[in-house]
Amino acid sequence: MKIESLTCRRASTPILQGVNLELHSGMITVLRGPNGSGKTTLLRHLAGLGSDTQGLDTEEIVFSGHLDAIKATLTVGENLRFWAGVYSKALDPAIIENFELSDLIERPAGRLSAGQKRRLGLARVVLSGAKVWLLDEPTVSLDTASTDRLVALIADHSARGGACILSTHIDLALPQAQILDITQFKASSQEADPFLSGDFT
Amino acid sequence: MIPIILRDVQLALRSGGGFGLTLAFFLVLVMFVPFGIGANLELLARIAPGMLWIGALLSCILSLDRIFQLDWEDGTLEALATSPIPLSGIVLSKATAHWITTGLPLTMISLPLGYLLNLPPAQYGLVLLSLLCGTPALSFIGAFGAALTVGVKRGGLLLSLLVMPLYIPTLILGAQSVAVGTAEPGIMLALLAALSLCCVVFIPAVSALALRANLR
Repeated sequence: MKIESLTCRRASTPILQGVNLELHSGMITVLRGPNGSGKTTLLRHLAGLGSDTQGLDTEEIVFSGHLDAIKATLTVGENLRFWAGVYSKALDPAIIENFELSDLIERPAGRLSAGQKRRLGLARVVLSGAKVWLLDEPTVSLDTASTDRLVALIADHSARGGACILSTHIDLALPQAQILDITQFKASSQEADPFLSGDFT
Repeated sequence: MIPIILRDVQLALRSGGGFGLTLAFFLVLVMFVPFGIGANLELLARIAPGMLWIGALLSCILSLDRIFQLDWEDGTLEALATSPIPLSGIVLSKATAHWITTGLPLTMISLPLGYLLNLPPAQYGLVLLSLLCGTPALSFIGAFGAALTVGVKRGGLLLSLLVMPLYIPTLILGAQSVAVGTAEPGIMLALLAALSLCCVVFIPAVSALALRANLR
């Protein structure tokens, strides 16, 4: 699958222009760029949350944004079972084990630490069984051990034919990953809004 | 879609879920009416059906901003929007869950509350039936308003103003169907049920567009 000359806008301002991206099974792409360069915008576009494109097929993707999509008043187990239901998958105990959530399974998610919440949010990504993972800074608030496990999961996912596009600021031990510096796609002119510039008077 | 309905019902029943708030508001409102109007039993009996409808409608408005706002705030909405379930299916499930946790209980407690308002015995069945036919429309129209205002912080004011005119047809049909002395309530009930069914069919698709625009 190929994505060519995609323009990403945020609030009708073009952020990225002419983004070319190839997506095939087993591929890991790491998006790099300073704050505000459009990593999140690009990932949201691919997930179908952008303004002018349809994004990828929602049957095949799972998107993890800055927020963990967990309910504070439900327990960890209830949160996971809900998402398993949404993706019509059985809840695999190995996933709970992998994210070290077994001891927390009865705890209301509102009483988890930031790192534990993130692990719960990432468990949703794995249990979705989706082919393409779109992860926006998945390592935020994870400790080194959890980051290593996440890296192992991503490598395993790609070895089984899945694809992953993620943005991160730290170096992950993923030698097979290709780095995509998105500053090269930066929209050259922040073209002015015709309404605000007075063309519609 | 079933998991979303089950989870929303579960969340509503948990602490801070807002399930009790709508019922308590309905109770308080209906209890205040006799104190405000005075102990004129005849007058109370005449206004009881309309008061029950207004009470149910206001209680419903009170809970509307919860339909999408909380899911928007914690990222659940964008995760659901990128899941295999289509957005209109998500709206359908969430509006249904809202009806189960709001419209249905309001309908149920309207009977004991009718007693407080000296509702004529002949009207009990009609009140139950008309609320049962009309509250789905309230939940679905409300879901549409909630979808439009989901990105707005503290959008409750905007939401109430937005749904108020949309609720008027439902209120007129509902209150007229149960009003004391209505010759043929059956026609009103049929129209009310038709209105609800139209909302169930059309609103999920329209709300999905509104949600999609707000998620950008």
